[in-house]
Amino acid sequence: MKCNILCLILVLAAGSVPAQTAGEIIRKIDDNLSARNRVTESAMTIHGRRGSRTLTAKSYAEGTRKAFTEYLSPAAERGTKMLKLEGQLWIYSPGTDRTVQISGHLLRQSVMGSDLSYEDMMDDRKLAEIYEPLIAGEEELDGRPVWILELSARVSDAAYPRQKLWVDRERFVPLRQELYARSGKLLKTALLSDLQRVGGRWYPMQVLYKDMLKQGKGTEFRTIQIAFDQAIPEWIFSKAALKQ
Amino acid sequence: MIRFLLKGILHDRHRSLMPLIVITIGVALTVLGHAWIQGVMGEAYTMSAHFATGHLKVMTRAYADDQGQMPVDLALTGSSGLTERLAAEMPEIDWAPRIRFGGLIDFPDSAGETRAQGPVAGYAIDLLSPATREPGRFNLPEALLSGRMPRDAREALLTHDFAEKFAVQPGDPFTFFGSTMEGSLAFYNFTVAGTVRFGSEVLDHGAFIIDLTAGQQALAMQDAAGEILGFFRSGYFDARAAQRLTDRFNSSQPAGTDEFAPVMITMRDQEGMAQLMDYTNAIGSIMVLLFVVAMSVVLWNTGLIGGLRRHGEFGVRLALGEEKGHIYRSLIGEALLIGLIGSVTGTLLGLGLAWYMQVVGLDIGDAMKASTMMVPAVVRTRISATDFWIGFLPGLLSMTLGNALSGLRIYRRDTAQLFKELEA
Repeated sequence: MKCNILCLILVLAAGSVPAQTAGEIIRKIDDNLSARNRVTESAMTIHGRRGSRTLTAKSYAEGTRKAFTEYLSPAAERGTKMLKLEGQLWIYSPGTDRTVQISGHLLRQSVMGSDLSYEDMMDDRKLAEIYEPLIAGEEELDGRPVWILELSARVSDAAYPRQKLWVDRERFVPLRQELYARSGKLLKTALLSDLQRVGGRWYPMQVLYKDMLKQGKGTEFRTIQIAFDQAIPEWIFSKAALKQ
Repeated sequence: MIRFLLKGILHDRHRSLMPLIVITIGVALTVLGHAWIQGVMGEAYTMSAHFATGHLKVMTRAYADDQGQMPVDLALTGSSGLTERLAAEMPEIDWAPRIRFGGLIDFPDSAGETRAQGPVAGYAIDLLSPATREPGRFNLPEALLSGRMPRDAREALLTHDFAEKFAVQPGDPFTFFGSTMEGSLAFYNFTVAGTVRFGSEVLDHGAFIIDLTAGQQALAMQDAAGEILGFFRSGYFDARAAQRLTDRFNSSQPAGTDEFAPVMITMRDQEGMAQLMDYTNAIGSIMVLLFVVAMSVVLWNTGLIGGLRRHGEFGVRLALGEEKGHIYRSLIGEALLIGLIGSVTGTLLGLGLAWYMQVVGLDIGDAMKASTMMVPAVVRTRISATDFWIGFLPGLLSMTLGNALSGLRIYRRDTAQLFKELEA
């Protein structure tokens, strides 16, 4: 009898989750993953064919148009800086004391040999701005109830014209992401895990990226520390900051 | 007898002029055609061997699977030790470690900001060792159009067209930007020592050449090389010897699945070279064969017509009591002489034209602009020993054979009917 009552409560509780439209879901995902600005310390472990190596970096991002990253380790990468400003990307190398602008097809090249491209790093727009969502189904992923969303780009300059997301139904964070070319070919996957509450939002502290066109075991991106809505000085997002 | 026949040939131009012209032109075109095919394909193979394939190549198994992408991350490590081992085991081969890589060249303005950028194919080769043969393989001293050869590892050669496109002069600095062996960012500053033109649109479009040590430094490839190329000291690719050496080296490697173990392949086994070699050899042989057959048919026909035209002459000679066998032999003798004169003249003319094309060449650069194949912009013929007989023999035999066949009618002539025929 006790069991029946408990089951009834659980069923009612599950039924009490309000129905969501696909548009509402991706807006809530954007609320979790996007911010006015953020400061991040991260470790990126690249599992290549010859072995693995880890790079640490500190990044500053403001909205979707400004971002600055400084690599802290290993010694070979220390002092290398990247600046994204209004759709343009510059890289500074301390060894040559040169700032080189990256553009065109080079934006599709791998960053530091990882499974991420410069384009992946640069395209920080909100999902709701780029994609038209559709709920394709519901299932469980790693014990979590998820919606399966299919996204089709509604802008012409999207890096990936199609995406498929497995979105945690309670936390509104994708747990799995598949990125497709226009032809339907699977280009990359991302497994998002270690969801933590940061400043009132759910945030995946670990992401395993895998470029499906590349051999290797993927790239682990671990967020060591993240802070949202900080006071970031404006000079950080300037070319002068690259040489400092 | 020969002098008598020669006099007849020289004095009776109706008998000799047309066959002589046909034989001369046919033989000359056969010789020129063969020398042309030999020259074009020979130059293409030599260029491919020197720039890309070598006669033999050692690389990692993983690199071999994907060598078109120039994957420096799959390069050979411990390359100096391996090169020494190869030199000791195969002294007939000259070994040259190299790095082929891709990336971007960034030209700065006076403030150090990006002024212009362009994608390049990079070649890190042994430019600075005293005994190196690599500059010769790349034909660098002759290809140098401005500036000078690099004197240290911070200097580079740029292809002239690429340098012109970006208004770069010798002495100007630039930064190479690419990926290191482990995938990190590769930044390296160079100074343009000189500009070169290789005469191949694929290369001249955008390439730069640096010393091997600079490549190893820039791409974090200490004691590593993308590939170790082997060249027969004779300068010529010997397919059988190459295969023997390759089998010996590969069988000495431990079996297993280590994708970074070294593997050796021959020039024939690289980048579709086997198909290309077989295809071009087949096409070349077919072209020459068709040419020879066509010329033989024309000359045969000329001999037949000549034989028929001289129907009356043979009748008179038979009527005067000359033996049929003697007439037939003199006809064959004449054909041999005409064939000989025409073949000698045609071979000399063909060799002369081939020699001119060998020295001057033919510029096909504009036609090859969109080509990805490594073909020289100026193609030349190459005279070989075969050219001295390839047109000569068909020129000599086809005329003789034609006359021999038409002359058989002599034996069918009935002496009793001769005067009736002549009256008619």
